[in-house]
Amino acid sequence: MCLAVPMELVEIKDNIGVARMGEVGIEVHLGLLGDVKLGDYLIVHAGFAIQKLDKEAAEETLTLLNELLEEAE
Amino acid sequence: MKYIDEYREDRTIRKLIHKISEGLKHYNNEIVLMEICGTHTMSIFRSGLQRLFPAEISLLSGPGCPVCVTPNAYLDKAIAYSKLQDTIIVTFGDIFRVPGSSSSLEKENAKDSDIRIVYSPLDAVKTAEKNPDKNIIFLAVGFETTAPLIALSIRIAKRRNLKNYSVFCGHKLIPPAIKGLIQDKEINIDGFILPGHVSTIIGTQPYQFISNDHHIPSVVTGFEPLDIVQGVYILISQIVNHETPKVQIQYTRSVKEKGNSKALDLIKEVFQATNAQWRGLQSIHKSGLKIRKTYRQFDAEEKIEVEVEETKENNNCICGDILRGIKNPLNCKLFRTICSPENPIGACMVSSEGTCAAYYKYADIGRDDE
Repeated sequence: MCLAVPMELVEIKDNIGVARMGEVGIEVHLGLLGDVKLGDYLIVHAGFAIQKLDKEAAEETLTLLNELLEEAE
Repeated sequence: MKYIDEYREDRTIRKLIHKISEGLKHYNNEIVLMEICGTHTMSIFRSGLQRLFPAEISLLSGPGCPVCVTPNAYLDKAIAYSKLQDTIIVTFGDIFRVPGSSSSLEKENAKDSDIRIVYSPLDAVKTAEKNPDKNIIFLAVGFETTAPLIALSIRIAKRRNLKNYSVFCGHKLIPPAIKGLIQDKEINIDGFILPGHVSTIIGTQPYQFISNDHHIPSVVTGFEPLDIVQGVYILISQIVNHETPKVQIQYTRSVKEKGNSKALDLIKEVFQATNAQWRGLQSIHKSGLKIRKTYRQFDAEEKIEVEVEETKENNNCICGDILRGIKNPLNCKLFRTICSPENPIGACMVSSEGTCAAYYKYADIGRDDE
């Protein structure tokens, strides 16, 4: 039930945005976040953005993993 | 899909699992890890990770499926509300089919009750606006991830002066449940995989007792297969290298140490902690949420009186023990005999993220059946 997915913010009107994943776009309430802008990725749960996805952290996770695994080879 | 596909990359996952196996070479004990969250359970089964992890690692499913831990008493009261005149029950889909003591919301809906499934709490508020002559009761079942959404729906209802919207609050909190599990003498866990989205809201501070007081490692983990494997890698590293146990974050792209302050403020404004009953874990101190007095006009239990039948449990269903991690569905004589997703006897079979539902759907590809 705590399912939430990363979706790209493509429209903002006051506290409501439209977020898209692939071809699917849904209305998303933005009231639980501070500043957001178009192109941000949001973690969306039951119609609400509960966090702005940290793009740098996302890259860093993968970079560190790859380094760790290369070391092993 | 960006930020999803790269965390499902098969080759990386297999390489990392290989590295975990290497790390275990000189470690002779079995390692028992528990994933608290039902969404993790589903992801582990769906991706076949159960089968890929080395045999020394046992993964147990914990009490992190909100529908599963909701006791019959709550369901019976919801069913009683649904029988009231001029009442619409609004709910998330999962709880619709869960059997209470003698009925279910699904069965009542097939009779005279008006029960509507929504995706978002905001849909419940809209239902209240569209039906001013009916009482709308939203069944709020969930953890910290969902609590701020319910809080916001109540605040919006207040601002719009909606007198016919109320919430039947069955919300529960994860850290007190973990404390309850650790204190249970029957359960021995070497490491916890902590829920990524609950932690997106609450951060990591509420989990510090796990390592500080109980010396057990834990890691806040995302939900894609690579996230979970990396979470397990982090735990195994802490255990095998005898590091000082700590709470780590694997899911850094969503979880910050302090959580989401706006969401936490909202929870505090609308709710207060209360003792709560959990299926399987009994009553746990301050492990639930109730609506504060300042918002009592939106509290269904304050506003609407209802007679509820005496609560009965099905003694053959071992859902409670499964939620504590001391049994698995294959130990249940109802499992796959009379209990199935089409005819669920207990909550763990109904919820799509319940342990029994996961075993039913995927266990034949798991190690347990080999």
